[in-house]
Formats: sequence, C-alpha cells, structure tokens
Amino acid sequence: MNDISTTLNEYIANEILKQPGRVINPDEPLISGGIIDSFHLVDLALFVEDTFGVHIDDSELNADTFDTLNQLVALIQARKP
Amino acid sequence: MTTFSHLLRRFYEETPDRVAVYLQHAGQEDLPVTYRDLLKGAAGYARTYARAGVQPGDVVLLILQHGIDLIYSYFGAVLHGAIPAIMPYLTEKLLPERYRSDLASLLGITRPAAIITYPDFEQEVRAALKEGDSVRAVIVSSEADQPADPDFESLPGMQRRAEDIVLLQHSSGTTGLQKGVALSHQAVINQLESYRLALHLTDEDVVVSWLPLYHDMGLIACYLLPILLGVPLVLLSPFDWVRAPYRLMQAVSRYGGTLSWLPNFAYNFCAQKVRDRDLDGIDLSSWRAISNCSEPMRWESHQAFYERFKDYGLRYEALTTCYAMAENVFAVTQGGIDAPVVVDEIDREGLQIERVARPGKPDRDVIKMLSAGRPISSVRVRVLNEKSQDVPDRVIGELALQSDCMLTGYYNRPDATKKAFLDGWYLTGDFGYMADGEVYVTGRKKDLIIVGGKNVYPQDIEQLAMDVPGIHPGRVVCFGVYNEAAGTEDVVVVGEVETRDLQERYKIADQVRQVVTRGSAIALRHVYLVDPPWLIKTSSGKTARLANRDKYLAEMKEQR
Repeated sequence: MNDISTTLNEYIANEILKQPGRVINPDEPLISGGIIDSFHLVDLALFVEDTFGVHIDDSELNADTFDTLNQLVALIQARKP
Repeated sequence: MTTFSHLLRRFYEETPDRVAVYLQHAGQEDLPVTYRDLLKGAAGYARTYARAGVQPGDVVLLILQHGIDLIYSYFGAVLHGAIPAIMPYLTEKLLPERYRSDLASLLGITRPAAIITYPDFEQEVRAALKEGDSVRAVIVSSEADQPADPDFESLPGMQRRAEDIVLLQHSSGTTGLQKGVALSHQAVINQLESYRLALHLTDEDVVVSWLPLYHDMGLIACYLLPILLGVPLVLLSPFDWVRAPYRLMQAVSRYGGTLSWLPNFAYNFCAQKVRDRDLDGIDLSSWRAISNCSEPMRWESHQAFYERFKDYGLRYEALTTCYAMAENVFAVTQGGIDAPVVVDEIDREGLQIERVARPGKPDRDVIKMLSAGRPISSVRVRVLNEKSQDVPDRVIGELALQSDCMLTGYYNRPDATKKAFLDGWYLTGDFGYMADGEVYVTGRKKDLIIVGGKNVYPQDIEQLAMDVPGIHPGRVVCFGVYNEAAGTEDVVVVGEVETRDLQERYKIADQVRQVVTRGSAIALRHVYLVDPPWLIKTSSGKTARLANRDKYLAEMKEQR
C-alpha cells in the first residue's frame, strides 16, 4: 500500500465511516457499494484537493470516474502536479 | 370551476413567452422553458398517452430523472386528464432487484395504466411487470410525440372536475411506496391560494430549487406552486446539488432568486461544504424567504448558514420556517414572513420528561425551539392528548389538523385513510405544542426516521438487515440518532450475533451496511453488533426501538 492509499484509507475510515482502524480493501467498490454515500463525495473531493493538490470536478463525482481506492489513487497520481 | 388544465391554458394564451422554468444541468447551458414550450411539450405527451390507450382518470407512473421529459410528461398527464405519480429513479447504489421489488409493490396498489421511462431503463421496468397487472403500456421518452399546439377543446384534461384526483405523491421506501397520497385539483389549488397569501407572493418572486420532484416539498412548493401561479422557477438537479452545493447560491445570485425551501440538513451541508472560491461575486441579497421544512428545524443550523453566507448579502430575516405534509398538499404553517421566526427557549427536562414547553430559566438547561409559524389561512390546528382531548398552550400533544386542502385518501387504501382521521381531523403523527398562536413541532409519534429530508421507515431497514447471515433472525433494531454536525439524523442498526470473533463481526457489519444501502439507498452510520440477549423486546415496535435506542446511547456514552 502506498502513501496516497494509506492517507485516503485513514481519511475515509476516520472521517466518513467513523470506524478508526478500519482497513479498506483497495478493490472494494466504495461508491456503487454504498460505503461512501453521495453526501460525503464532496468531502472526499475537498480532502483530495487540500491534501494532494488534485482537483476533482463535481461532475466527476460518480462511480464512472473512480469507484475503488485503487482507482482513486491512480487518478490522483495521473493528475498530481 | 378551475383545474390545473384551466390554469395552464390561461398562461398559454395570455403570457406564452414568459419563462416558466429555467432548467439547469451541470456542464450545460441553462434551458429556459416558456409557457408555450411547456404546453406544447405537454400536449405532445398528452397525445402519446391517448395513443397508448391511457384513459382520463388512469394513473401514469413517471420514472424519469431531473430534465425536460419529466416536466413535459407530468403536465402531459394533466392535460390528458390522467393522474401523474413520480417514482424515484434507480440510483447506482440501489440494487436493481430491490428496486424492481419496490416497483412491483407500488404497481400492485397504485395500479398505473402506463409507465414512462427512458429507453435504456425500459428493460428494468419491464422486468417488474407481471401477467395480468394494470400496466397496459411502457412508454419510452424517445418515442413520445413531438411538441404540438394544444387543442384545449379536445383535451380530456379540460373536462376534469375540481374534485377529481389530479396527482399522487408517494414517500420513499417499501412502506412509503405503498401509500400514495391522492390529491384533488381543488385541494391543491386551495393550498396554493392560501400559501400564496402566507408568503405574500408577488411578480418579483423567483423560486430556486434543487429538490427532487418525488418529494412533496419539491413537487408542491418548488414545482407546482411556481408554475401554476406564474412565478419563474430555477430548477437544479438534486444530483448536481449534492456534489456541488454552491450551485444553489450561484443560481440565486444569477436569477435574483427570492424563495427556496430546504430540509434542515441542507443548511449545515451548505455551510460546511461551500468554498469561498465558488462564491466569488455572489450576491444573495435577493433571497427573502428560505423556508426550513420537512425535518426537525434547528436554530443552530440557521446560525451556521447565516454565518457562512452573511458576507454574501444573506439577510437573517430570510431564514424562515414551515411545517408541511403531503396529506395537506403541503404547508400547514409558515413562519418568518410577517415577522422574524420566533425562538422559544424552553426547559429541556420539562420537554423530555414532563412533556411541557416551559419557558427556560437562566440556571437550567434549555432548548431553542424554532417556531414553525402560524397556520396558513385554510388550515386549523389542534393539539390533542392521548384521550383525544385538546390540551392547553405549551402542553405537548399530537398535532391534528383540518383544512380545505386535505388528501382525498391514500390511493386504493381505504383502510389506511380511515385510520388517519379522527372525527374529521387528520392525525399528523407529529408531537408538538402551541404558544401564542405559533406551532412548534417537537417530535414524532409515527415510527419514522428522517434523514436529509427523506422519510425512512425503520421496519424496512430491519427487514433488510435480518437477511444477513450471522445476524440472529428477528433480532435486529433500527433507529435514528440526531447528528449535531450534519443537522439531521443518523441511521443506526443494532443486531445480535452469535460469533465473538472480531474479524467475523467486522465482516457481518460490512454486509449489513451493504445490504441496507443497496436495498434502501440509505447509508448506515453505525452497525452495532452485540451478544444475545441484548435487545429489549416489547409488544410495540415503536417502544422497542425507543428503548433500544436509549440503551445504545447509554453504551456509547460509556465507551467514550
């Protein structure tokens, strides 16, 4: 697991799921699987922007852009300044 | 005599070029829809319904998302004299099988003659149909007739009577979908008339909304009221708003929006999740009434919203309140229009234990109650005790009401309709009190959780959770817990499990989450798994849920 993945996992577990210490399977569908509901997508986007300097447009906040932790990490890596 | 079709005809003939709706979609130019466009589009659909064999008085079920098809097909049903009902669209997290079974249960009771949907959803809809059911046609939006000039002389909608049912409103979930609130033309028009007066609606008003149309607040206050009373409506997609709440402020600023309706959570959501960069050049000074409605209203939420947006022209007096329900078409009361919303500081213990709203004292723990305002002109409100007797001011009881805008009944459910009334008074299932003519809502008698303005029936969630392997059959309870930061309730499930293995328990908890989300589109905040026997069982589901909720809260406090 790389740093980005660890940071995201911690954020999602602590802030969204309120289950500190929870390990998220990197291939688990987060959006379509109902782990992150739509009310928290904007939080996640703001966190990604603040932490990694990567902007995810609100029109991209759906399972087509990223659904799993791995996909989100790939998206961040691809866009990282 | 007036019906929806008569009102629409007048706009079509007198002010055809006036914009009825500015339709917004993220990433697209706004689409202005004039009354001419609206009536022509609706006339195309009316013809489509006729062609499909839909009769006046039949129900048509609209399974469409935010967009022009939903608007045209809705008013097309009205012009044809059919009864439109909107069913929420399948979301990506809801399991298609679950959706299908919800749809099937709605079909069984509501018995629509036709369903309108998108071409790529047709298979999904057909999968829910059965031999011998009521559905004679599945109409796909791409095959609807082109917009055409309406011929009012021949449109069956012009022949409807004021007392005929004009529309159905359902609330969500398996339980909600089985109770369609049937409203007559007269009831809706009476509501619009008295609500118009309560709001002091003028030609200067502009309604801005992101609310879904399958919800009464979205459908009545933010769709039918503006369109049928000639107030321009700026309509955003709920889907766009939840991903970018600043769009609401941008729309208000751009169109000089004056009126909006929001569930309480949206105040917190906007206050917390809108960034400064998205508010560049925004002016909210036109906003004159933002009515908090459809879930318990919090003084703290108003403060947070005001603090966040006051530098952008938001006026404190614009924060208003409303108490509404589909059974009364919409508004029962409105506060904050003629005078600022009254904040009643009451003793917390008095409210919770003695069930009275005693004015707070400095050395006591107080709750700031927001008044929902006074009943609008067509509505009378009473507060009743358990023996159905009126209680004095400041005593908590069940709110009951009488009006000229009540439902005709729950559609095809005379049993449920009968149960809802007592001697001609509608029993709301809400607890509250009156003081100086103002109505305060303190809680619910009905066993219902409200999450982000959406009604959730705990029995639906429990039913889903019980199917997870490892959970003791029948040993599950679901309830709501207020979340101060979010301004709404969190949904909690407690379940008894045999296994003591922690990893095993994590797995079961995950499965419960997944099954519930995919089965109800509700995200659980906490799945709390416990050793049997933990649950308190009583004869009534409601008291059991309250007792278990108290036990849960006590254990959470200990663990902290």
